[in-house]
Amino acid sequence: MRFYIRKLAALGSTVLLVSVITFLVFQVLPGDPAEIVLGVDADPHQLAELRKTMGLDRPAAERYWSWVKDAAAGDLGQSLRYHRPVADIVAERLPVTASLAILSLGLTLLIGVPLGVYIARRDGKLPALLLSAFTQLGLAVPSFWLAFILILVFSVTFKWFPTYGYAPWSENPAKALQSLFLPSLALAVPGIAVVIRYLRNTLLDQFRMDYVRTARSKGLRERIVLYRHILRNSLVPVLTIVGLLIADTLGGSIVVENVFALPGLGNLLITSIGTRDLPLLQTMVLYIAVIVVCINFIVDMLYRVIDPRIRLKR
Amino acid sequence: MLKLKRSLVLGGSALLAASLALSGCGGNGNKEGSGSGSTGAPASGATASPAPSAAASGGKIEGGTVRVAMATEPDNLDPYLSAATDTGSMMDNVFDGLFEGGENSELVPAIAESHTVSEDGLTYTFALRQGVKFHDGSDLTSEDVYYSYAKLSGLNGKEPLSSKFAAIESIDAPDDYTVVVKLKEKDAAFLAANIVAIVPKDYEEQSAKPIGAGPFKFSAYAPGQQLVLEKNESFYNKEQAPTLDRVEFKFMPDANASVLALKSGDIDMVPGISSQGALQLGDGFRIVSGPQNMVQLMALNNSVEPLNDVKIRQAINFAIDKDVIIRTVAEGNGVKLGSNMSPAMKMYYQEGLEKRYETNAEQAKQLLKEAGYEQGFKLTITVPSNYKFHVDTAQVIAEQLKAVGIEATIKQIEWSSWLEDVYNKAKYEATIVGLTGKLDPHEVLGRYDSKYAKNFFKFSSPEYDELVGQGRLEIDPEKRAELYKQAQTMLTEQAVAVYIMDPSRSVAMKDGLEGFKMYPIQKYDFAALYYTK
Repeated sequence: MRFYIRKLAALGSTVLLVSVITFLVFQVLPGDPAEIVLGVDADPHQLAELRKTMGLDRPAAERYWSWVKDAAAGDLGQSLRYHRPVADIVAERLPVTASLAILSLGLTLLIGVPLGVYIARRDGKLPALLLSAFTQLGLAVPSFWLAFILILVFSVTFKWFPTYGYAPWSENPAKALQSLFLPSLALAVPGIAVVIRYLRNTLLDQFRMDYVRTARSKGLRERIVLYRHILRNSLVPVLTIVGLLIADTLGGSIVVENVFALPGLGNLLITSIGTRDLPLLQTMVLYIAVIVVCINFIVDMLYRVIDPRIRLKR
Repeated sequence: MLKLKRSLVLGGSALLAASLALSGCGGNGNKEGSGSGSTGAPASGATASPAPSAAASGGKIEGGTVRVAMATEPDNLDPYLSAATDTGSMMDNVFDGLFEGGENSELVPAIAESHTVSEDGLTYTFALRQGVKFHDGSDLTSEDVYYSYAKLSGLNGKEPLSSKFAAIESIDAPDDYTVVVKLKEKDAAFLAANIVAIVPKDYEEQSAKPIGAGPFKFSAYAPGQQLVLEKNESFYNKEQAPTLDRVEFKFMPDANASVLALKSGDIDMVPGISSQGALQLGDGFRIVSGPQNMVQLMALNNSVEPLNDVKIRQAINFAIDKDVIIRTVAEGNGVKLGSNMSPAMKMYYQEGLEKRYETNAEQAKQLLKEAGYEQGFKLTITVPSNYKFHVDTAQVIAEQLKAVGIEATIKQIEWSSWLEDVYNKAKYEATIVGLTGKLDPHEVLGRYDSKYAKNFFKFSSPEYDELVGQGRLEIDPEKRAELYKQAQTMLTEQAVAVYIMDPSRSVAMKDGLEGFKMYPIQKYDFAALYYTK
């Protein structure tokens, strides 16, 4: 029980801290949201009118405080840029980024884990060496560049996937998957490389452990030794990496969503910063902070499932 | 009575730079046609009259959808609350005004059939076309024009929405199809302001579901994805009625991605394509280029040391070779300028000013010496980082200034910060930006008036103020043009800024899409577009 209370307190303080920092940074940044919307040739009358509708005639601290109060009561306010409730906008965008994150995580595990095991088993042989070299490449390549290469090859040349855009799952699941596949892949590649390398190293360490020798000398078949004993012991460090990768995915989606013109949170995040749309940004930062904290929590729980020793310690 | 005969250049509703596009300045043009097709009249685009030319290319197809990549989202769908150029170029297809801007910068009667101006230049009488319907099916009458103009001018008791209409004293609608507008004082810029959208009376939902009388109806807007327009079947002007069924503007923030999408056939048209983008296209596409009535300049802050000395500013002008910038940064697609006016504004453009400062390092050094800066000085050029075009220009300029001993450093800042620090507060030494042309020369040259709130050049000259002030009141077109030409000459002589070029605008579209017209402003007339078989 104490464990959960501690986690909840951590969630609360993280979110509060993140929100205050966002607000303070925004005060330092120059730029007037109304003027950014209207641009250099804005008519002074239009500008005055827009400032009023945005509520910019009130002092910043006051605006922030009333946002905090309303947010605590569940009202996240209006976006300055879109003149709509922030919660609605985020709710529209969240499924896109969430699907992207889940798909890319799925790809990471589906490709990364088997390949990691494969490399570890054939350590020192040519195919494993080649694959290792490829993981180096996967780590070094920036996502946006990879995204362009994928578009060029699979969309422009082979025309298997659309070059941009998003089809909602509710309308056409096949199309949705098609439109999200390339972005997820671009996002997953660095993660795949990380998982492969990490898994290989831990597996190789485990191979040398005493319990492995014991298991083998007991006459257990190699497959059972590997999958039931070694892999399970190797999963704890890999899980830590995967937890970090999810947080990375949220960051990477900013770049990838821009390239594929996906209407997700990453795209919105950039717009909200560029347009100094504080209510919108605050809300997104809030969501992201909550998501990251929750993921860490889930990872903590999974540790306990995988490794009984962690369970017993508490 | 003065009949409409002046040729006016339509101005963009906002600086191209107003968009938050990461694509850099859309103005860098490209050589005519990278693949096949029309190398015809460069300025007026592909075909002037849609109907007859179709036969040659294989017949016009009724209907069809055009998908257009747009770099930015609309700022507001309400035409009176929006200022972004991109938004204007999309929504212009939904709204019509009393006049529309023509391909050659002239005013073309649209909802107004004709108009007259009284001898004293204060009373404008507009005769409206009959049978014009809004998209909701209601008739457009003088009541709607009254409502629209009252809203813009603040005569409805609220804040005025446009300073161009602030000079209106009264509006009358003597019958259903006549509107009489009286001005408080003579305002030569007023006529061109009448291209503003006419909206239906007492309809307050323009931001959510815009209703106009234009050739296309607003259909849907999905933020982050697309804005869809549909054909207006009952458009009042049968000759210019749309052929296409649907126009879909897809929001694609990444310029490279939109080029790839065009290449793969996922979209049909990319306005404002970069030279590099156009080179990637190859066969099956067509590029139309033309001047865009923009002034790319390096503004010098006339109030800081040592730039407050005219000799220093002239020295900088002598040191910079604009031809090199046009050749390298714009790949040759730009027209050299000498003052703050694009040649697209034919009527008002003062010729020959671009020759005032022929590149001459010796003369530059001489002027520096006279000003007491023989050893040169340090200069910071602040550039909005999202406009690659301007950043590239800054790099060339920094190199050129080095030759005369001026040590320039480039400081890149984010667009929002640029607006605040440079544009609003004039906290800068030199900056590079593009100013789009406006409807009327006053809006272009009025920027340098010492009383203008956003005079970020910090140029202050009573003679100049006097000149543009007279221009505002002068109704005679010839005399008025003369005043503005003098104003341009003064800007050049005072070397208020380094006027660099008017970069061309390039639009890429797939073959089989015909009828595109190039305007001196960012305007896309989708009613004229059609597919051929």
